[in-house]
Amino acid sequence: MSLSPKQIESIAHLARLELKPEEIPVYADSLSRIFGLVGELDRAQTAQVEPMAHPLEQVQRLRADEATSPNQRELYQRNAPQVEGGLYLVPKVIE
Amino acid sequence: MAEKTLAEVAAGLKARKYSSVELTRAYLARIEQAQPALNALVTVTAESALAAAAVADQRLADGTAGPLTGVPIIHKDIFCTAGVRTTCASRMLSNFISPYDATLVTRLKEAGTVMLGKANMDEFAMGSSNETSYFGPVHNPWDPKVVPGGSSGGSAAAVAARLAPLATATDTGGSIRQPAALCGVTGIKPTYGRVSRYGMIAFASSLDQAGVITVSAEDAAMTLQAMAGFDPRDSTSVDVPVPDYTAELGTPMRGLRIGILTEFFGEGLDPAIEKSVREALAAWQRLGATVKEVSLPNLPLSVPTYYVVAPAECSSNLARFDGVRFGHRCENPKDLMDLYKRSRAEGFGAEVKRRIMTGTYVLSAGYYDAYYLKAQRVRALINEDFRRAFGEVDLLLGPTTPTVAFGIGDKTSDPITMYLNDIYTIGANLAGLPAMSIPCGFAAGLPVGVQLIGPHFSEGRLLAAAHAYQRETDFHLRTPAGWAADFNPASKAGAK
Amino acid sequence: MSGEWETVIGLEIHAQLATKSKIFSGSPTAYGAEPNTQADLVDLGYPGVLPVLNAEAVRMAVKFGLAVGAVITRRSVFARKNYFYPDLPKGYQISQYELPIVARGSLDVVMEDGTVKTVGITRAHLEEDAGKSQHEGVGVSAIDLNRAGTPLIEIVSEPDMRSAKEAVAYMKKIHTLVRYLGICDGNMQEGSFRCDANVSIRRKGAEKFGTRAELKNLNSFRFVEKAINLEVMRQIDILESGGTVVQETRLYDSDKDETRSMRSKEEANDYRYFPDPDLLPVVLEERFIETVRGSLPELPDQKAARFQQQYGLSLYDAGVLTASKELAAYFEAVAALVPSDPKLAANWVMGDWSAALNKDGLDVAESRLSAAQLAGLLNRIVDNTISGKIAKEVFEAMWAEGLEADAVIASRGLRQITDTGAIEAEIDAIMAANPKQLADYRAGKDKLFGFFVGQVMKSTGGKANPAMLNDLLKKKLAP
Repeated sequence: MSLSPKQIESIAHLARLELKPEEIPVYADSLSRIFGLVGELDRAQTAQVEPMAHPLEQVQRLRADEATSPNQRELYQRNAPQVEGGLYLVPKVIE
Repeated sequence: MAEKTLAEVAAGLKARKYSSVELTRAYLARIEQAQPALNALVTVTAESALAAAAVADQRLADGTAGPLTGVPIIHKDIFCTAGVRTTCASRMLSNFISPYDATLVTRLKEAGTVMLGKANMDEFAMGSSNETSYFGPVHNPWDPKVVPGGSSGGSAAAVAARLAPLATATDTGGSIRQPAALCGVTGIKPTYGRVSRYGMIAFASSLDQAGVITVSAEDAAMTLQAMAGFDPRDSTSVDVPVPDYTAELGTPMRGLRIGILTEFFGEGLDPAIEKSVREALAAWQRLGATVKEVSLPNLPLSVPTYYVVAPAECSSNLARFDGVRFGHRCENPKDLMDLYKRSRAEGFGAEVKRRIMTGTYVLSAGYYDAYYLKAQRVRALINEDFRRAFGEVDLLLGPTTPTVAFGIGDKTSDPITMYLNDIYTIGANLAGLPAMSIPCGFAAGLPVGVQLIGPHFSEGRLLAAAHAYQRETDFHLRTPAGWAADFNPASKAGAK
Repeated sequence: MSGEWETVIGLEIHAQLATKSKIFSGSPTAYGAEPNTQADLVDLGYPGVLPVLNAEAVRMAVKFGLAVGAVITRRSVFARKNYFYPDLPKGYQISQYELPIVARGSLDVVMEDGTVKTVGITRAHLEEDAGKSQHEGVGVSAIDLNRAGTPLIEIVSEPDMRSAKEAVAYMKKIHTLVRYLGICDGNMQEGSFRCDANVSIRRKGAEKFGTRAELKNLNSFRFVEKAINLEVMRQIDILESGGTVVQETRLYDSDKDETRSMRSKEEANDYRYFPDPDLLPVVLEERFIETVRGSLPELPDQKAARFQQQYGLSLYDAGVLTASKELAAYFEAVAALVPSDPKLAANWVMGDWSAALNKDGLDVAESRLSAAQLAGLLNRIVDNTISGKIAKEVFEAMWAEGLEADAVIASRGLRQITDTGAIEAEIDAIMAANPKQLADYRAGKDKLFGFFVGQVMKSTGGKANPAMLNDLLKKKLAP
């Protein structure tokens, strides 16, 4: 199984990663190798098997509907690259 | 004098042989000395450590101390620590100050431990050699030219070099056990859900589990006692009572049924490692355990299964690093797309990007069924193999790694060779099982680890088996040349 | 030309659940707070934090499911919908995909002509709302994440609607229902209740659906109708000029009254759904579901059926009066005080009273007249103190000044004349004053009867009892 440079570009776009032109063949090669390894999964007979998403058979616990979080905007925004008037700033969102 | 284990350090504190402040100073001095050679820590928190140690000394003096009060600790830099830089060894978070403590950090803080600093690791815990860290590789104290393993390489190297009696760690595919084996220390990955994941920066949520690296199984039992337990902030945390692990340590080995995993002794295993592991097995037999060979036919598919499931979850977990609310942001983004793409490309290293792309691909339209769902089905088969095996035996035993620690730079060119390091450890993550690695010998001068895997919530049994073995052997007490624990905290000089 | 086309509409309605805290965090959900003051670590998607599901959100979703006779999924699963957007902090939205909490229900909608339209509900799933981005100066957007993590149910209909009117009627019915259930405040201005519409057209009689466009940003009933009609015209124009409709998301711009393509949303539509590993399957036990069922209030359809039976109302009128709990309660309070004529009560509540509320932009609770006041007026019609026509005048005075009916009637002297002698005297005077008309009438010009009625009403200021006047006039005018 091998991935084309074009596929790598579209995956990188979906993942929002900028790749330099010279990185594309490198990732194409290593991802192709990874999918070569992953291809071994085809050996397993899984037609009758339910997919397993969690290691333990548990069910979701529910939280009481209580507003417990105080306003900590100032603390939480200390890590923000750009804020103004309590708002996070980003380049314009085009709709 | 030689303070070797957490148990001994704690006893020394209790007996007032030295204060926590003295002990903390001694370890800080040792860290300062070791840092250029090992690069085991990303951040050292000397000031807050000494303040915490002084508080611990108060508690030791007024009789309100617990078993871990005043014990110095290093946290893997994947755990959020309030007011302290939490980097995940990534450029993305190189300036990130967490506003909160991970539940595990809180619990250990409440138990009275004194944080010395944050351990280096593979970036976002993605790696098996600690070479993907933004802060540079960690060197193995047994030989600075070889890797300490990963992703908890800083934690394992720190404990091996006695920079702290214990270090927290995480294990998604072997990230506690593999570095523990390569550094000659004891590591336990508890059952999935046993220790809260809240505040532990997620790599692959259905596989990640926090644990600890220590010198001995007894130390691990003491630590796990404080770490384990239900956390209402983690939906996957398990509400099952935590047994008294230390009390279980003395459980006799007579009649313990040990299963030897056929699949772990095949091609690719270094014969010297096989020899050490089989000798360890013989030791348990001498203690009264019975041995039976067990086959898990689907286990060889662990690695491909893992390299679908883990990247899929990682690709989504790491989407929050977008340069908007925290983390690295590129200079002068020309538009929103540019902000995302460059911030992420600059903030993440090559291995992280490779896994994000792998995961993005396996979840994308047209490939989800063939890769993601298929892998989740194979995961169920592997889980079923384990379940069947635990109907016949109490524990499974095998090597932790196929080889001893390899040279820094030796395996970085091919991801597959690197990924195959985790061939024996991934199964326990896929099934959510508790597992340990303990030192069982040396090959070519480097440590060898033996791995024990148990059914869900059998941590007590694993620790007892490891403890019984460690009472018969001293591999876990050996220290690398130059890193002997022969310092005397009470002396004015501190470190040797 | 357009007569050859059939419109096919399906709606996706987002209703914010009226919980105190968010779906996966302990942040409050109040509207209108200072930006980012109601966004905690979980809402901000900080590294290491984890979601824990709000019990009340689950209960509310089940309530909705039971109210539309849907299947309540015993084991539902949360999934991640992955896409990058500044108002989506984690880079994914926690939603439900393959196993939603509510599946397969339906809702009956009564149209204006009295016909009943049944709309299938494909599913309703729980999910978290996104934050908001606002434009801030040149080239910059500003992000407020207060809304992020607010619980929503997304109610997805079958493509069962065939006109914008049907779509609006269905949406109104859902709006009524969620407010009856107390699970959503229904405030459309604040975005608590929103709607996307999937619109396509096909040749009448064709089986296959046409390519659909998804219309977004439909935040009022009026916009839903306008946007759908615009979109239908746009698609007809395209197809009739030989073009093809492309599947896309279109944004309705109410200022320009047009829809336009949203390319930015289009390119990221590989959402890579997968089960959220941070959340476990939500397993609902029979006992829980039965407890929720037991807590359901009288639902709009049940109430409407009761109104038809108890008050003899038409299906349509019963539907109008049960459009909100408050309206229905007001009507019932009036009807209880006018026991002899509930139909009269219904007509007045739907008519003059509703019109007055509308005109002043008031809610039922803000009515200037209590149910007892309105009933006081209606009882004066019933006991012949005033005519229906005079009642309108009395009502206006009552509404304007908050007065009681009897006070207005007395102060303005509007009491009806029911004294036979007095009416006869008025008739005699009119007959005497209009000899020509009288002669013409008696010669067979029946239409002039109305002329005499009008003259007497004029001379009595409209107060003559109409029925009595009729009878007496007939007798007097007879040759």
